[in-house]
Amino acid sequence: MTAVTTKSRGSFLTWLKTGSGILTAMMAVIVIALIPAIIQGGLKLFLQRVFDSLNNGAVYAVTAIALVIIFKATTLINFAGANIAMFGAYVCWWLNTSYGFPIWIAVFVAMGTMAVLGSLIERTLIRPFDVNDHLPVVLITFGIAAILEAFAGGFWGLEFHKFPSPFPSDPKDRFTIAGAFLRYETIGTLFVMGLMIFGIYLLLNKTKVGLAFRAVSSNVESARLVGVRTGRTLQFGWALASALGVLGACLVAKQTNLEPAFMAKLVIFAFAAATLGGLDSIGGSVIGAFIVAVVQSMLTGYGQEIPGLGWLKSNFALVLAFVLILVVLLFKPAGLYGTRRIERV
Amino acid sequence: MSELMLKLSGVNARYGAIQVLRDVNLEVNKGEVVVVLGANGAGKTTTLRAICSMVTTTGSIQIAGTEVVGKDTADIVRMQVAHVPQGRGTFPELSVIDNLMVGAYTRKDKEVQADIDRWMDAFPRLRERRTQAAGSLSGGEQQMLAVARAMMCRPQLLLLDEPSLGLAPLIIEDLFRRFGEINRETGTTMLVVEQNANLALEIANRGYVLEAGEIVLQGSADDLRTNEAVREAYLGA
Repeated sequence: MTAVTTKSRGSFLTWLKTGSGILTAMMAVIVIALIPAIIQGGLKLFLQRVFDSLNNGAVYAVTAIALVIIFKATTLINFAGANIAMFGAYVCWWLNTSYGFPIWIAVFVAMGTMAVLGSLIERTLIRPFDVNDHLPVVLITFGIAAILEAFAGGFWGLEFHKFPSPFPSDPKDRFTIAGAFLRYETIGTLFVMGLMIFGIYLLLNKTKVGLAFRAVSSNVESARLVGVRTGRTLQFGWALASALGVLGACLVAKQTNLEPAFMAKLVIFAFAAATLGGLDSIGGSVIGAFIVAVVQSMLTGYGQEIPGLGWLKSNFALVLAFVLILVVLLFKPAGLYGTRRIERV
Repeated sequence: MSELMLKLSGVNARYGAIQVLRDVNLEVNKGEVVVVLGANGAGKTTTLRAICSMVTTTGSIQIAGTEVVGKDTADIVRMQVAHVPQGRGTFPELSVIDNLMVGAYTRKDKEVQADIDRWMDAFPRLRERRTQAAGSLSGGEQQMLAVARAMMCRPQLLLLDEPSLGLAPLIIEDLFRRFGEINRETGTTMLVVEQNANLALEIANRGYVLEAGEIVLQGSADDLRTNEAVREAYLGA
């Protein structure tokens, strides 16, 4: 009994040394460093930066979920995901501008096309390899990424293309809250993200293929022994992740413009979000996505006013994303909401 | 003449360069409980894995008269073969209910829910913990879940790999009593691999002894129980 009380007395310091403590301390340092600049900038500017981050947050969330789906099924980081998404966004843009497809029809056709391509990649390039030997498969995903980037550049050129907005995007399409602008585009992006998360929830928890997917993610060997065709289930995962990636790319392409590397630049933030939230947790990666987006928006906006760090300029956010990934992997590898396998031995 | 549920003839199995089974011949009649005894590394687990096509195998394995060597595991499971692997093989992140649901993955009929109720009646602890993640269950509860999940596919042949491993003696006794009940009530044929020979021979009709990948002895459960070599090696007498 006495041992317990002694333990709880030192509990704050003990907690601070845990992964969660270190992460929280790191966030606290960032927030404290930013406070003077935020106060100086005023409420309106602060609110505007929060609103600006929501769009990115939603896009990071969609992209992170695509990473999480592949990771859950194979404990593998799919480095081709970003460029599958990029290629899909090109297909969407091409259908829309060259063939006059309405934008949402073009988005769905592009999602379907890349879902087919994703499942073909799984069948032909991933399945022949042993899933437990990660290195060859990771290298293959790198190779696919490079090929898709080269193809996109070859077909559609290396220059920037304007991407059509899937939402009303006139400068006047916005609400004004306390002087800050909340654009319809942002609300639309958040709405689509919410719809998509709900759809994934239903798919994974209420359908047979979802049950099979969760079984394979949990224990491949046992999944085979209950009759799940594991190859096809992973193929379904690749198709789903590819389609989601395309959706994420189409939601963000209006802001970034299209060019062959546009998703590769963005995926690092999605990766940071998924790592922070937990690479095997869909809910966690959504929360991680919004944390990363808000911090990114604040650092990009106010970071130059932090003494001694102004020289990082807009690269501040990118550096932070890497630092975040490092800190999480070092001190809390399962992420905030990741399930370290809940097993009693 | 009783019908054959399982017939292994001249079965060899290997992991890469290492040959684990040599010319194994084994038969299980419909409705029988047959036990395979043997020390660690004798090839007991591999015998079960060969039946489910989880290891490179040559020779002939017939389930209810159909040759299965070279078939896909998923197709063998569809012949109503259930396999409870060593270490239970539950899905730790999935709830107890979802574990049972996934056990019925190959079924298309509408009685899955009724079967879930039936096995939760048989194992009330599973009902108490139905929404908990399987990984949070105790070892005994997980073994019950593994057995209930296997029964969810309404197997004609149930393969059990060292069900007693890591469990307390009282729980093991209860578990084997359950196996006996399941065999009598549902007529499910069982092939049980065990180191705990005493209990296994109590519920078994016949048994085989495997040594270094070869069958060295076979006979009725009573014969094996009284066999001098078996008593010394596996019954601790």
